Amino acid sequence: MKLIDCAEVLQAEVLVPVADMEIDIKVACGADLMSDVMAFACSSNEMMLTGLVNPQTIRTAEMMDVKVVVFVRGKVPGDQMLDLARDKNICVMSTPLPMFTACGLLHDAGIKGKGE
Amino acid sequence: MKLDFVIRGSDFINAGEASSGTKKALTRLGISPKAIKRAAIAMYEAELNAVIHAGGGNAEVEIFSDHVQIRVIDNGPGIPDVELAMQEGWSTAPDIAREMGFGAGMGLPNIKKNSNDMSIETEIGHGTTLTIMIRF
Repeated sequence: MKLIDCAEVLQAEVLVPVADMEIDIKVACGADLMSDVMAFACSSNEMMLTGLVNPQTIRTAEMMDVKVVVFVRGKVPGDQMLDLARDKNICVMSTPLPMFTACGLLHDAGIKGKGE
Repeated sequence: MKLDFVIRGSDFINAGEASSGTKKALTRLGISPKAIKRAAIAMYEAELNAVIHAGGGNAEVEIFSDHVQIRVIDNGPGIPDVELAMQEGWSTAPDIAREMGFGAGMGLPNIKKNSNDMSIETEIGHGTTLTIMIRF
């Protein structure tokens, strides 16, 4: 599914775009605990949904090769975090949807989770 | 190639910069993405441990033709029981680390999982040196 279409499904505002908003997103994970993202998340996550807003969310995404971070529950990170994401070439979105609903809509649209 | 980094204690804004710098260097050298990811995850966990538990420290990275060796050295309180610290779920992380999404007790086990070799030298009251080797 194209990244730009993921944003539409999630009714998300794109806070940090990337050059190619048509990249194909196949796999995602949802977590507020970065320890678990590092330890258990799928090795090929391209999108991470989280309600945790701090710079280490972007750092974790960088280490895990996550291309897109979606903040759920309407959370919007500050400029410092957005600048960090720009520097790391990581797309950032904010959706008003809660985590469960956001993950469900993406799954319905064909995005897979770990082990699927 | 040798890289040296300073890790500042309790600095959750810049925590991860050493691992990021190492990841960039490995990428520039054309190392396989899988090996880079394992190195990045292992080093990031180790860097966070130094930030969270030890008041910071240093990271020394040596990149060879077929592997990378990462040493994270701190002068923190040391690890009283390494066997316990290696158990998944065991954590002494303070609230600030948990607020950042860490402190689930997965750090050392995850470092071991992502490395080909890992050793811990620790002395109570003097500090800890964690050495990680990842083959390409």
